[in-house]
Amino acid sequence: MDKTIAAISTPSGKGGIGIIRMSGIKAINIADKIFKGFKGKSLLNVKSHTVHYGYILDGGKKLDEVLVTVMRAPNTYTKEDIVEINCHASTFGVKKILELVLKNGADLAAPGEFTKRAFLNGRIDLASAEAVIDVINSKTSTQHNISVNQLGGSLSQKINEIRNNLLDLTANLNAVMDFPEEGLEPLGDNEYYDGLVAIKEKIEKLLATSVKGRIIKEGINTVIAGKPNVGKSSFLNYLSGSDRAIVTDVEGTTRDAIEENIDLGNVRLNVFDTAGIRNTDDTVEKIGVEKSKMLLEKAELVIYMLDSKKEIDDNDLEIYNLVNDKKLIILANKSEDGIEKSVKDFCADKENVIYCSVKKEQGLDEVKNTILNMFDMGDLEEDMSETITNIRHKDSLTKALASVKSAIDALNLSMPLDMTFVDIENAISSLGEITGMSVGEEIVDRIFHSFCVGK
Amino acid sequence: MDLYTAGEYDVAVIGAGHAGCEAALASARLGMKTIIFAINLDSIANMPCNPCIGGTAKGHLVREIDALGGEMGKNTDKTFIQSRILNKGKGPAVYSLRAQADRRKYQEEMKKVLENQPNLDIKQAEIIDIEFDEDNNVKSVVTHLGAKFLTKAAIIATGTFLKGKVIVGDVSYSSGPDGIFPANRLSDSLRNNKIDLMRFKTGTPARINANSVDFTKMEVQSGDEDITPFSFETENVGENKVDCYLTYTNKETHKIIMDNLHRSPLYSGQIEGVGPRYCPSIEDKIVRFKDKERHQIFVEPMGIDTAEMYVQGFSSSLPEDVQMQMIRTLPGLENVKVMRTAYAIEYDCVDATNLYATLEFKDFPGLYGAGQFNGSSGYEEAAAQGLIAGINAALKIKGKEPFILDRSQAYIGTLIDDLTVKGTNEPYRMLTSRSEYRLLLRQDNADLRLTPLGYEIGLISEERYQKFLAKKKAIEDEIERAKKTVIAPKEEVNDLLEKYNSTKIKSGVKLSELVKRPELDYKILKPIDKTRPELDKYVEEQAYIQLKYEGYIKKQVEQVEQFKKLEKKKIPDNIEYATIHGLRLEARQKLDKIRPHSIGQASRISGVSPSDINVLLIYIQTL
Repeated sequence: MDKTIAAISTPSGKGGIGIIRMSGIKAINIADKIFKGFKGKSLLNVKSHTVHYGYILDGGKKLDEVLVTVMRAPNTYTKEDIVEINCHASTFGVKKILELVLKNGADLAAPGEFTKRAFLNGRIDLASAEAVIDVINSKTSTQHNISVNQLGGSLSQKINEIRNNLLDLTANLNAVMDFPEEGLEPLGDNEYYDGLVAIKEKIEKLLATSVKGRIIKEGINTVIAGKPNVGKSSFLNYLSGSDRAIVTDVEGTTRDAIEENIDLGNVRLNVFDTAGIRNTDDTVEKIGVEKSKMLLEKAELVIYMLDSKKEIDDNDLEIYNLVNDKKLIILANKSEDGIEKSVKDFCADKENVIYCSVKKEQGLDEVKNTILNMFDMGDLEEDMSETITNIRHKDSLTKALASVKSAIDALNLSMPLDMTFVDIENAISSLGEITGMSVGEEIVDRIFHSFCVGK
Repeated sequence: MDLYTAGEYDVAVIGAGHAGCEAALASARLGMKTIIFAINLDSIANMPCNPCIGGTAKGHLVREIDALGGEMGKNTDKTFIQSRILNKGKGPAVYSLRAQADRRKYQEEMKKVLENQPNLDIKQAEIIDIEFDEDNNVKSVVTHLGAKFLTKAAIIATGTFLKGKVIVGDVSYSSGPDGIFPANRLSDSLRNNKIDLMRFKTGTPARINANSVDFTKMEVQSGDEDITPFSFETENVGENKVDCYLTYTNKETHKIIMDNLHRSPLYSGQIEGVGPRYCPSIEDKIVRFKDKERHQIFVEPMGIDTAEMYVQGFSSSLPEDVQMQMIRTLPGLENVKVMRTAYAIEYDCVDATNLYATLEFKDFPGLYGAGQFNGSSGYEEAAAQGLIAGINAALKIKGKEPFILDRSQAYIGTLIDDLTVKGTNEPYRMLTSRSEYRLLLRQDNADLRLTPLGYEIGLISEERYQKFLAKKKAIEDEIERAKKTVIAPKEEVNDLLEKYNSTKIKSGVKLSELVKRPELDYKILKPIDKTRPELDKYVEEQAYIQLKYEGYIKKQVEQVEQFKKLEKKKIPDNIEYATIHGLRLEARQKLDKIRPHSIGQASRISGVSPSDINVLLIYIQTL
């Protein structure tokens, strides 16, 4: 980490101000070389955490009027010297200054590299570092909020709390085993057992959030199913507000499953519009049908569409049978001009039935609300910072849970106490993997994976 | 003082306590011309505290010492007067052998072993100087009478003798333990050679006359009927000859202590040495655990031919008059006659992070440290280090690879890794909880773990090794038989299962599975296990433990594999920590001082955080 890195840290083209950030031992030096301060002030000797007004010069030519913030190590985001150049945000101008900085000895930062440095320099733990990556990649506001909270270490705190519970619990038993002649009061068998059960429940509760967490992070895999020409593509277009799917009146025009990401505010839908499923001899379409069936298997939500004006036929039922074990919304489209009796009868004993008209945009708000309710995502006011959104964290927690359960099993089998300690140690180590308290091969792999650390 | 050259040796051992004896024996047995020094030869293998060998984790150490060819286990088997297994209900990993020894007999027997050991000379002398050549190689040791012994290696095993200072209340004086002379000048010699010394403290309770004790007011603690010897070689184990006794402190005891606390040198600041947390004085216990209404006090014989008894749990550095008041509040000791007053002792020792895992000083080739001098406490911890120092001194002189046990192999490895990598700021005592792998490092399988290594080094005789191989094969055969033997659901079988509240079987079940049931064990199953051969007691025990806890042991083996991965990640010798940017200053200094050879070792250094380790890992990966 001898290199000084630089990057544009504001999104391109937006906003009135662009920021070029540098981190590393040469940061202040490089900034000083290209900066002409008010009254000719040099940046080399300015105090830490101060802002300076002046110009960026490229070989004597003024490039931009800027404010330069100088922050000296170690009290900075990366624990290294950091310089931020605030300039006017034309894409061209910001890039020009970055080029100048690079020309003067800085290297272009890889994605997440500032965070990598913050982590490697010990300012933030692994969970927090991963949260930063998640903030950068977040696609909905909820996900963003969770990541920002985890950045503050709230998840780490929770994990450490559970880890400490385990350590406390075993401390007493260890003391009793190591000092059998000291007359120490051993933890009652029940206390140990109850303690483990309480810890098990805490981990389970945290893990339960991972379902929600994953949905927040990755969205709900949604399939729109129904026989040809019930209005699937029109509905998708309505949701996404674009004309991406081909909409015609000819049956079987949608042959590819199309993925569309739709932001419902708290949650994102990854929608696959399937080619209408029907028995067909057309080979191209046949491929589409097979693909649709595969997609159905992965789907977490199926929006099953019917045509209100047509009698329920074998094709409808066949498709329904394919999807009825999924979380299901039944959308009876084209209901503006009345509803067939067989459709009404079919829907009578079903849940989450919505009569609507995509064409007239009637009844469609209900779709969104129904989805939010089905996934318990309607009210996210509560503190979500202890939500597991990261797959690595989930894996480690799952391992920890398995170990705690195994220790409880051992107690149920009246195994001697020392047997349970193997599992407890595994649990402690798995929890440590999340925050980086444990050091292990997988963690290192993960670091390399997350931060593109290379030769 | 004019010096004269008195002899030339391969290895000189300074001190003849438990570390020194093992070091000298190992070195001599490996063919080194060896000499051992003691200030007083009547103090060879002395136990100035409780004459008790073993206990939790310490018992494991003794078994390991024996498995490698050391002497402590055998000597204890020869001289014990009461034997017990502690933690019996708590699982095989923490079962611990503990034996009360006849203190004088223990010394006599050990002295005899030393005297009869070829290649070993014994000399009563105080070593006052160690001399080095210009490259800091050990050259010679010098006695107080001016004798210079040239030597290739020196092992310092000075226990509590270095600048020893005894403290009783406001009285303190220069002394070694048990009224023996201290070793004052060697400390100065070491300091002159820029070896930093620390000051530790320990203490011992009073010895009382059994004739003045009313044992009817105490609980009797008898030894076990079925005695397990310490040594894997001991065939005819002796019997219990004495009882120990248990009494308790009470409100009156606590009041006397609290009223006189201001007279304790610990609280008045007169003692500067750091004492152990796990072996607190009685006044410490009362102050720290105010809510506890009583503390256990064990009264234990010092030997067969003496009326002296040891008052375990009652060590103190309060003035003698207060001690007398305190002790007479204990039930049974109302009229007690105290023969030796409790005292605290301070002594110089070294920060063992200056040593390699071979116990050789990093900066002084040929100089080794062992025992309390390295900051440990306890006879067993000392003996273990003495053995390792003796072995390594000999191996080095022979030009062979060093002998290092890692944490997954032995408590000895854990002990030395803790001392030399983590360092200690109080006298270090072995505890089972210090081992991450205690399910594997059991006292029952110490021979399986270590005897092949002892044989390779040359401390295990061919005869013993062949016996060991036979036992090992018998265990493996029995485990294989149990895995092949199917118990059919006959009436006799289900009757037996029912008798022990075990679920009946409907189809054939393997013996190896049946034995895993918590309510069953190997003995219970014998009547229905028709093909079981006659098994040696220890073969059966070993097969049973390995079968019964197979699943848990397997998990621990996986943990060891994980551990080994990081141990195998080597740190290059020429690494310059100062140039690694992301390391915190403290980590940089610690790493630079200790110079760990692997990432795993680095991760155990206090002051090196997980994120420092990540930085190191990434640095090494990108080299």
